[in-house]
Amino acid sequence: MKFFIPLAAFGALVALLLFGLGNDPKAIPTPFIGQPAPAFSLPRLYKPEQKISTEDMKGQVWVLNLWASWCVSCRAEHKVLSRLIAETKIPTIGLNYKDYGTEDYGDEALQWLASLGNPFYAVAVDTNGSAGIDWGVVGVPETFVIDKKGIVRYKFTGPVYDQAVDEILIPLIEKLRKEEG
Amino acid sequence: MHTRLLKSFLVALLFALSINASFAVKIEFHDFKTKQQEQLYLQLVAELRCVKCQNQNLAESNAELAKDMRDKTYEMVIKGATRADVVGYMTARYGDFVLYKPPFKAKTLLLWVGPPIFLFLSLFMLFKLIRGQKNQPKESLSEADRNSVRELLASNAKK
Repeated sequence: MKFFIPLAAFGALVALLLFGLGNDPKAIPTPFIGQPAPAFSLPRLYKPEQKISTEDMKGQVWVLNLWASWCVSCRAEHKVLSRLIAETKIPTIGLNYKDYGTEDYGDEALQWLASLGNPFYAVAVDTNGSAGIDWGVVGVPETFVIDKKGIVRYKFTGPVYDQAVDEILIPLIEKLRKEEG
Repeated sequence: MHTRLLKSFLVALLFALSINASFAVKIEFHDFKTKQQEQLYLQLVAELRCVKCQNQNLAESNAELAKDMRDKTYEMVIKGATRADVVGYMTARYGDFVLYKPPFKAKTLLLWVGPPIFLFLSLFMLFKLIRGQKNQPKESLSEADRNSVRELLASNAKK
């Protein structure tokens, strides 16, 4: 009994630390899941006189992908994201975050899409990053799935990879498409 | 001797100052209409956490995102937002994670009451231990022990 209490306390501490090891400190739980998608209305990259808004996407399952030409992992993600869009025909808005039209990057976004291909339904230009903050951006790339009612259902932080597309995103999109609008 | 001491003190001071300087972050200059707004802004950027570099608050961090969040805070404060408005805005987007001072609710109960409970528990254990020591029976010598001691002393005295 004399040794049992300290031993149990030590065991509990070890268990707690082991649990902490498995946690990803960068995965911040997003408060948006199950909440209406934050609204934005932003100029389109190729047609700046036109606007693209969250309202335009109502009634269908869609994806919002935050990206920038200065973001290295977006480049890595691009092929995988393009495959997801090609396979599911999911309408995807690419939110160009603090990139096109900024002092530092000018029109690099256009060159980026020209050389890598443009899989997006529309590219929304968020020069000052205000829409990004509204969506709780921590670091690009980030990918959201929004259902027919305009509710955010899923967030993927960081570059999407093949396994995540096959095991999480495609099944989720198929499931959401079966739901009533 | 005194000058040497002073010299080493000055070197140490210089060293400490240079360390401080390397941690200082360039903060934008903002104009405030009132002293209260300035105080509120400074309080908020110290209390809100940078979600990009998680061990820093907004005031300390020079991450791009922290700057955006400072700007947003400033913008809201000069428009007359209260502390609750800004905190509400940030938690709606980044969750309680953004607060260095998390709200008191069921999920954070252990976080708030854990340390005091732990403190009281350890104090209780400590007092119990000390009192236990006081009440320990004093080992008195048996009559046989006393006799053997007396014999030893007597034998030594003879020598």
